[in-house]
Amino acid sequence: MNSKNKILASIRKQPVREISLPDSTGFGIRYEDPLGQFENMLEQVGGVALRVADQTQIAKTLESIEVYRSAKWVLSGVPGVQRDNSDAAPVDDPYALEQLDVAVLAGEFMVAENGAIWVSGEHVKHRVVYVIAEHLILVVDAQQIVHNLHEAYDRLSFEQVQYGLFISGPSKTADIAATLVTGAQGARSLHVLLVGPPPATPER
Amino acid sequence: MNHPRQAGQYVADQERAHWHDNVIWFMREKRDQAVKVIPEWEELRELGSQIKGHTLSRLDDYLERFESQAKRLGVQIHWALDAEEHNQIVAGILQAAGARKVVKSKSMLTEECHLNQFLQERNIQVTDTDLGERIVQLRQEAPSHIITPAIHIKHEEVAELFHEHFGTDLSASDPDQLVAVARDALRRTFIEADAAITGVNFAVAETGGFVVCTNEGNVDMGTGLPRLHIACMGIEKVIPRIKDLGVFLRLLARSATGQPITVYTSHFHGPAAGGELHLVIVDNGRSELLQKPKFNKSLNCIRCGACMNTCPVYRRSGGHSYGYTIPGPIGSVLGPSRNMKEFSSLPYASSLCGSCTAVCPVKIDLHHQLLEWRKEIVSAGVLPWTKRFAMKVASLVLRNTWLYCTSGRIFRMMLRRLPRVLVYHRLNLWGRQRDFPRIPDTSFREWYAQRNHEQQK
Repeated sequence: MNSKNKILASIRKQPVREISLPDSTGFGIRYEDPLGQFENMLEQVGGVALRVADQTQIAKTLESIEVYRSAKWVLSGVPGVQRDNSDAAPVDDPYALEQLDVAVLAGEFMVAENGAIWVSGEHVKHRVVYVIAEHLILVVDAQQIVHNLHEAYDRLSFEQVQYGLFISGPSKTADIAATLVTGAQGARSLHVLLVGPPPATPER
Repeated sequence: MNHPRQAGQYVADQERAHWHDNVIWFMREKRDQAVKVIPEWEELRELGSQIKGHTLSRLDDYLERFESQAKRLGVQIHWALDAEEHNQIVAGILQAAGARKVVKSKSMLTEECHLNQFLQERNIQVTDTDLGERIVQLRQEAPSHIITPAIHIKHEEVAELFHEHFGTDLSASDPDQLVAVARDALRRTFIEADAAITGVNFAVAETGGFVVCTNEGNVDMGTGLPRLHIACMGIEKVIPRIKDLGVFLRLLARSATGQPITVYTSHFHGPAAGGELHLVIVDNGRSELLQKPKFNKSLNCIRCGACMNTCPVYRRSGGHSYGYTIPGPIGSVLGPSRNMKEFSSLPYASSLCGSCTAVCPVKIDLHHQLLEWRKEIVSAGVLPWTKRFAMKVASLVLRNTWLYCTSGRIFRMMLRRLPRVLVYHRLNLWGRQRDFPRIPDTSFREWYAQRNHEQQK
């Protein structure tokens, strides 16, 4: 018998238990102002939220961000975001990204409960770009927000090979004397641009 | 392994013990704040507990489902009966790929299997990339906490360590400066790595994917560059559906550090383009634990560390005093299931106050299990003779009213009159660090009898 079968046989020796699988559909906290809640949570976890009236204002808002202004190399995955010193050609070698100062990338949706943004590997050539850039700027449609994590998973599907992650704030650690320090191995800062009008207040 | 002896050494440094207590309690307080803002918290714990219970009750089905779904995504699955087989499999994959330098992140399982040493003996260089894990690795120690592995080390000591290894200035001892040093050093390591090894927080049977949670981003840095990724998981990490992640991720970070969610919650469904993804599913005693009805609920554990942060014994005695990969209340129930004789002192490293049970996000009945283990240890006869003897005497005295009253009277008299050296001696373990309270003149029984007598007059 191989190890797999030995393990499964050993598991089957457990006493019979009947525990049903509960359903969490529709479960979880909801907020009157999800976008405001998201902004509060993002601030709490060390990120910065910036509201942007519409697509045309993105460039202007970016210029207001110090790390963006002073960056030597900016990589943009957001259509329309282009800078004199940004490299338009896609980078073939992920190792080259080590020199990257700022990545401006699209986020799919936000979670009000915990200040997280879902980003997907589908939109980038190299997965590592989300953490290897010194500073990360995510651009999200302000309408794309869910109240809690249960709703977030209702939205997501994982049929194919893919990589995706929730990002909630800049990289941080409390591993030295429980003191919170931002800028551990990943991006040192996180800005989130919330583009367009906020979602309508849900009917009560 | 002797918990009281090792804890004794730890508390001998009073200042450090108090510092540790405060640092750990701080995490417990942050947990409370994070939990308070979720009105449905108790229902969420119940959901988590039920999902885990259900999954474990048909773990064989879910593991097989997970395997076939993961294979569909192009993941190569390996099964390991024990630590030795796990290490052989990992070393085999690395050697086949010609990997010499490996970055590792977030894995208590590979600690449990002593993978680092195994690989180093085969000329494979392993670097732990979680900052806390890196610090304990450089100090050639084991983690003392499952979430913050280097929590027992002060920042001045980290400065000394970095001075020795990276040649940095000793005066650069601010946590900010130290994190910056580690970041630069680890960046080089990430760039040079041939392969990445990670743990698994949750594996989803429905989709064949898995999730790893970090705050530092080291999992994504580590797996994002080299083409080879090996993930190692215990059999109990599987959950049925993708939507169950909503439940467990809400519980995990809040319970662990009081964060609403970890900074990075990375979902891996299949290998990166042109890459290779291996998954090693490890038993190492878990299926045997599943067969023990009194203790199998401990397999619910999602490794948040909340039971450690709240435990009055853990906070004061430090993680290393437990001598097991996983310290604290959960380690004290897992240790004996691995080796009852070796870890027989761990179920006694508890006041049975029940605080661990109250904070556990997946409702493991920790303090009940600790008591159950004490029963097992007593009936197996592996309790040290001093404890056995004391229990025999106590049982004899407590069963006999006359003996109980008389010995009470004798002790009260003796404790008042005997010189200190005769009371606080080597055999009085209880009195080693503390004094008896003031000895009352009469016992409660005597006082009560007298009171009744006077009232009747």
